[in-house]
Amino acid sequence: MAMLLGRKVGMTQVYDESGKMLPVTVIEAGPCAVIQVKTTDTDGYNAVQLGYQDVKESRRTKPLTGHAAKAKATPKKFVREMRLGKDEQPQLSAGDNVDVSVFAESKYVDVTGISKGKGFAGGMKRHGFHGFPQSHGTKRKHRHIGAISSFASDAGHGGNLKKGKKMPGHMGNVTVTTKNHDLVSIDEERNLLVIKGAIPGPSGGYVVIRGSKKA
Amino acid sequence: MNTEMLDVVAVNSLKKEVPYFEVGDVVEVSCKIKEGEKERIQIFAGTVIARRGRGINEVFTVRRVANNEGVERIFPLHSPNVVGVKPLRSGKVRRAKLYYLRDRSGKGVRLAQRHTKHAVNR
Repeated sequence: MAMLLGRKVGMTQVYDESGKMLPVTVIEAGPCAVIQVKTTDTDGYNAVQLGYQDVKESRRTKPLTGHAAKAKATPKKFVREMRLGKDEQPQLSAGDNVDVSVFAESKYVDVTGISKGKGFAGGMKRHGFHGFPQSHGTKRKHRHIGAISSFASDAGHGGNLKKGKKMPGHMGNVTVTTKNHDLVSIDEERNLLVIKGAIPGPSGGYVVIRGSKKA
Repeated sequence: MNTEMLDVVAVNSLKKEVPYFEVGDVVEVSCKIKEGEKERIQIFAGTVIARRGRGINEVFTVRRVANNEGVERIFPLHSPNVVGVKPLRSGKVRRAKLYYLRDRSGKGVRLAQRHTKHAVNR
């Protein structure tokens, strides 16, 4: 499984061979350094630790520098592990560099990022509730979520809500994965991945790109 | 947002040579049309009444009056399906958007011809 770290650049449009316009997201991905290789013997599981973008020299701490130095690398801002199966031996070794060419064979990718925070949002925005009519006597309840429980549905124990009842609350700023994006093109020279569709997070936000299970 | 990097991606979809025409020109637009399996070129002729957008998003509006009914089509300038734009006659205009032509009919929609500084007249 291929994995890479990167940053969302933004969205634009391109034409495909049939002349259809595609909405695409551009991701600046890699090159990533392999900082550590974890194996079942030493760590209890198999994984490869990747790092993306150097930390400014003035902000490097000793533990950070020491950890990276074991792989003869510089400390990285964005570090994530590529988890491997129990019997899967890591193909990479510490100190290696990985770039967008790992996706040369891939057709689809999954992207994980942190979605844009929306603050405290009501039921309509957060869960897609329909609200109440704008007229016909609705008063001060146009965007309300409606009843949240009833004496009957609660088997007579009035006042107990069902667990997980959808209500207003904080929305966004959570880790989101969008799956099976078409990989439109790869620019190895500039380390760019062009994928179809929108991905979580703001432009400039860090993302993890993985090869999809689909094909 | 790094627009430079976005342009690098979009530039591959742009046409290398964009036909020269201006708002007010009478143009013939050749458009690829797919009918079932067959592909053919359809020509739409009319006056360019607007051009808007930048880069890959640039579009232009062509208006013609057919059977006493105004017809407007919006073409993406860089679409591979828009094969060619041929200016036939340049119009003397003082606006970037000729939406006022929509309110006119008959002889009123004609624009005075411009004779200078235009590819058609060169």
